Amino acid sequence: MMMKQPLLPGGKLSGISSALTRVFCEIADVLLFLSGVIKETFSRDFEFREFLQQCFQIGYKSLPLISITGIIMGLVLTIQSRPALVSFGAVAMLPGMVAISLIREIAPVITALLCAGKIGSGMGAELGSMKVTEQIDAMEVSATNPLKFLVVPRVLAATLMIPLLILYADALGIVGSWVGANIKGDITFVLFFSQAFAQITFMDFIPAVVKSFFFGAVIGLVGCYKGYTAGRGTESVGIAANSAVVISSALVIIVDMIAVQITDLL
Amino acid sequence: MAAMGKLLQDGFKGLRQMMALGTQPAQGDPGPASGRKTAIAISGLRKRFGNQEVLTDVSFNLYEGENLAILGKSGSGKSVLIQCIVRLLDPDAGTITVLGENVGALRRNALGELRKKIGFLFQSGALYDSMTVRENLEFPLRRIKRNLTQEQRDEKIREVLDHVGLYEALDKMPSQLSGGMRKRISLARTIVVDPVIMLYDEPTTGLDPVTSDEISMLINNVREKYKTSSIIITHDIACARATADRLIMLLDGAVYREGNLEMFENSTDAAIKSFFK
Repeated sequence: MMMKQPLLPGGKLSGISSALTRVFCEIADVLLFLSGVIKETFSRDFEFREFLQQCFQIGYKSLPLISITGIIMGLVLTIQSRPALVSFGAVAMLPGMVAISLIREIAPVITALLCAGKIGSGMGAELGSMKVTEQIDAMEVSATNPLKFLVVPRVLAATLMIPLLILYADALGIVGSWVGANIKGDITFVLFFSQAFAQITFMDFIPAVVKSFFFGAVIGLVGCYKGYTAGRGTESVGIAANSAVVISSALVIIVDMIAVQITDLL
Repeated sequence: MAAMGKLLQDGFKGLRQMMALGTQPAQGDPGPASGRKTAIAISGLRKRFGNQEVLTDVSFNLYEGENLAILGKSGSGKSVLIQCIVRLLDPDAGTITVLGENVGALRRNALGELRKKIGFLFQSGALYDSMTVRENLEFPLRRIKRNLTQEQRDEKIREVLDHVGLYEALDKMPSQLSGGMRKRISLARTIVVDPVIMLYDEPTTGLDPVTSDEISMLINNVREKYKTSSIIITHDIACARATADRLIMLLDGAVYREGNLEMFENSTDAAIKSFFK
């Protein structure tokens, strides 16, 4: 008599169940981590010195990268858009169009992705190596809450500094755009800026600023989570840094998509 | 009936003997009769990672002022054991009582208060890479001894650095220190907050014999000067010989033998002899 074949072989079924278990465990870990961070953010004895130190690391030390990228973003966008606008005889719209594109979408997303690479990986690697070398354990046994000392200042600093970096990238992007406009044409700095700002409204500006705080929080949280929960071996430092970049970049795009949908409804 | 009565009598007799054995201290254990208070009491400790049972049933006491060395091969669960004592790991079963407090039952704040009384020297030293030696020592001081002035903090740092003979390294970064120096600075960071109990995780691993002897000497000095009770996790017999009042050997996650150095040295047991040859 032939035995009935099971729909899913036992090995495959147990594989799926263990994968699901891992996913649910990871979700539970993330929620626990998040609740810990929120709780410690509002608890007594805020680590202000560490927060300032992280603001310096995240904000000031990212300025060269954001400066170069900001100028190039504006320059390239202008050079690419100009021929199309010239063919429609709408070259006067160039400053306004570039400024709106930069402020609403391009500068926030590109700056956030750069920060995910630079800051997210840095946090993942730093906290990961602290975990591997037992520094986080040492902090814990000396009655210091590592979440409060290491994670909260980093997440808050990223949440505050990344929007500022985005505003800085906006400004430099417009300067870069003016440079681009002058390669093929001739327009004064004052005229270019007045034409650009004439097109910008608060509804271009406010949603972009609001979403940039979420970008900062996501990058800080993912970087710290991946570093803080890194494994014990040295390879886990690399894994933590890498996954911090990948996950925070993906989340930046997802948050942006949600923000665009919400802005569209307003 | 008579046979059954005899059987019951024998059973009770055996049970009484077993209970009497349970209350007697193991050979080499000073026990409560010595009048020394228990600093740490561990009973029926079990810990498992996945399918691997690392600690199967560990019970022992550490008495006040005592240096207790725990020996065992790599992977015998020694480090897991002391991580359970400070609750860096939660045991699956058993109780750990430290200075009269049940560690497993403590909430976060109470656990933090208890941890302030425990010094933990990590195998790697675990110095904070981004801080100088001074900042490494100031870090626990600022959090545990909050009422000290800056002058008192400086004085305390000088005292402990002098104790480990490394005051000149005050403004160096950990990356500028040798392995032995890192261990000594790490020891200084641990004793700067005047702990009552010291836990040493492989204090001499990876060090040359001369530096290992210096560390062993420092462990004894710490006990004399700060009146600490210590657990020294090691597989370095020279370190155990130099520091321990009593030894425990772990094998397959359980206490295999407990006793004094002489008992271990004279043992004919193959597992012990392999360590003490």
